[in-house]
Amino acid sequence: MQNSRQEKSGPAPRRYSERFLEIPHIFAEPIPFMCRLVVWRSALGVGLLAALSVLVGCNGAPAKTAGTGSASAVTLLNVSYDPTRELYAEFNEGFTKQWREQSGQVVTIEQSHGGAGKQARAVIDGLKADVLTLALSYDIDMIAEQSDLLPKDWQSRLPNNSSPYTTTIVFLVRRGNPKGIRDWGDLAKPGVQVITPNPKTSGGARLNYLAAWGWAERQPNGGQATARKLVTAIYKNVPVLDSGARGSTTTFVQRGIGDVLLTWENEAFLAVNELGRDKLEIIVPSSSILAEPPVTVVDKNAKAHGTREIAQAYLEYLYSPFGQRLAAKHYYRPTSPEHADPDDLKRFSKIEFFTVDEVFGGWRQAQKTHFDDGAIFDSIYTPGG
Amino acid sequence: MSSGVTNTTAHTALTARGLPAKRLRLATEEPDWVRWSLIAISIGFLTLFLLVPLLAVFAEALRKGLGPYFASFADPTALSAIRLTLLTAGIAVPANLVFGLAAAWAIAKFEFFGKSILITLIDLPFAISPVISGLIYVLLFGMRGWLGPWLSGHNVQIIFAVPGLVLATVFVTFPFVARELIPLMQEQGTEEEQAAAVLGASGWQILWRVTLPNVKWALLYGVILCNARAMGEFGAVSVVSGHIRGKTNTIPLHVEILYNEYNFVAAFAVASLLALLAIVTLAAKNVVESRIRRELQQTLEPSTAEA
Repeated sequence: MQNSRQEKSGPAPRRYSERFLEIPHIFAEPIPFMCRLVVWRSALGVGLLAALSVLVGCNGAPAKTAGTGSASAVTLLNVSYDPTRELYAEFNEGFTKQWREQSGQVVTIEQSHGGAGKQARAVIDGLKADVLTLALSYDIDMIAEQSDLLPKDWQSRLPNNSSPYTTTIVFLVRRGNPKGIRDWGDLAKPGVQVITPNPKTSGGARLNYLAAWGWAERQPNGGQATARKLVTAIYKNVPVLDSGARGSTTTFVQRGIGDVLLTWENEAFLAVNELGRDKLEIIVPSSSILAEPPVTVVDKNAKAHGTREIAQAYLEYLYSPFGQRLAAKHYYRPTSPEHADPDDLKRFSKIEFFTVDEVFGGWRQAQKTHFDDGAIFDSIYTPGG
Repeated sequence: MSSGVTNTTAHTALTARGLPAKRLRLATEEPDWVRWSLIAISIGFLTLFLLVPLLAVFAEALRKGLGPYFASFADPTALSAIRLTLLTAGIAVPANLVFGLAAAWAIAKFEFFGKSILITLIDLPFAISPVISGLIYVLLFGMRGWLGPWLSGHNVQIIFAVPGLVLATVFVTFPFVARELIPLMQEQGTEEEQAAAVLGASGWQILWRVTLPNVKWALLYGVILCNARAMGEFGAVSVVSGHIRGKTNTIPLHVEILYNEYNFVAAFAVASLLALLAIVTLAAKNVVESRIRRELQQTLEPSTAEA
């Protein structure tokens, strides 16, 4: 030990082998000092190399994502929620074609889909969306509140509260409706398994919850207490909370779990179409909540990408006859039904709507009373309970 | 062979004492029905939980024939997912190879302060959930995270872009190479390196000519496992991806999207690619494993002969 320490501080740097030969008793140490030095030096070099290669890998990649705002070709990122996949797949094609004719510019529209709450969270965390087409105005309110990406009055910038189409919440049941589910009250019956996503992460799930609550509150002799009782009983019947609307649909349809799925009207139509009329049936309750999925430009990102103008045009195109017809085709209720195909409109059942503003005093209030941490939902839902 | 011999000897010995041979068995041997039912249970279990799902993936993928199966790969978003997966694995695997080798070397051949902490740290990605592995990068590089605002000011996008995917993949595949190498290197000791040093070899010479050849099969084994995980990782990558079609979706994420779009044939076709990768990985793993065993035996043989 003593010796090696002296060696370490020895003045003249010599070749390791020389040094080794001079002091053979170094063998007494479990690991020879010389070898330790050699290997440490190499290990250090190798480690540095590893760090370097990681860095190179990181620096090399962003070049691809940057520089999309050139004049000839432009990329637009539309961050949306789950049930709009099919709508925007077709709408994007139409818009790309129209924009090329109008301006000669080639536009590529990128899509990102997921639970609306999760998507909003990602945009706040830095997902560079140019336009948002989410489920609830609350999700965009959150983005406006938690970041400086867009102004707080975003909702007044486009017609109809920035909602080019509306939808509602309906029930999807197994063919023949074996559990006899007709209205919101039936969901609380013992033995009925209800599938709905997690209201903490999914916009649709929050609407499911509020629709049940609103229905109960608006019943004769209804009120806060009866609503709470009904919603508590319904969530006792929920075996699994998925994070998004599409996840719940697959749970219900593919995995065959549950007796009734609470879902967007358009999602219900889609599931029946894709997966068979012989297996599923849509049940429309006596009244339900009016959902107004909002759209907006993300000002800061659009400005940084140089896509402000095209983003605006993209959203306005949703209100055009083309956009409205497509919305109806994909089972959204168009805000200008005169542009839609009458056959598409026939598929929508008449239903009595109530809005979040009417029953809950707006989204902010609803969020605060029902879904914030420690609010009503947390006190009535216990996982697996 | 040897157990058979003892068996017969035991039998003859016992029959010689006048005991009925039929009902005899050794204490270490289970009765036939126990053995067979155990075998049947394990085979049944394997078939039910591994073989059937694996076959189901291919059956579902080929349900509409070979045309739609291959068409699923021609889709631009599928191609981009495959390209992205190859890219992330292409960066993560070499990075972890170099790191794993360096770490295993340091741990197996030296005593230093904090060694046990280093070993624990290497195991960390095994211990924590992939979701957390993804979230730590969101917390670090997100717009509301520590470095996000600064990076954004310099126009660098880490999460919801390729670098984030690479970082998350590197993180979750961190331990594979090092974990394979450490036990082998510890077993091999430092004698050969010492000898090389005595003969005047430089550090790099020792690495290339002594250490690496000694561990090459274990290294390859680690790389194979690391690669399989890098290509198959879902959780961590899902958190940092942003799910932009054709841009930040790796193969596993693309499979999920296709499945969610009711595009089952394409979803299972792309999934079958991952299943194929798994099968190739297993085959390669078996080959490499037998090589390691052989090599280890060779290194151990002289010492056992002495003993």
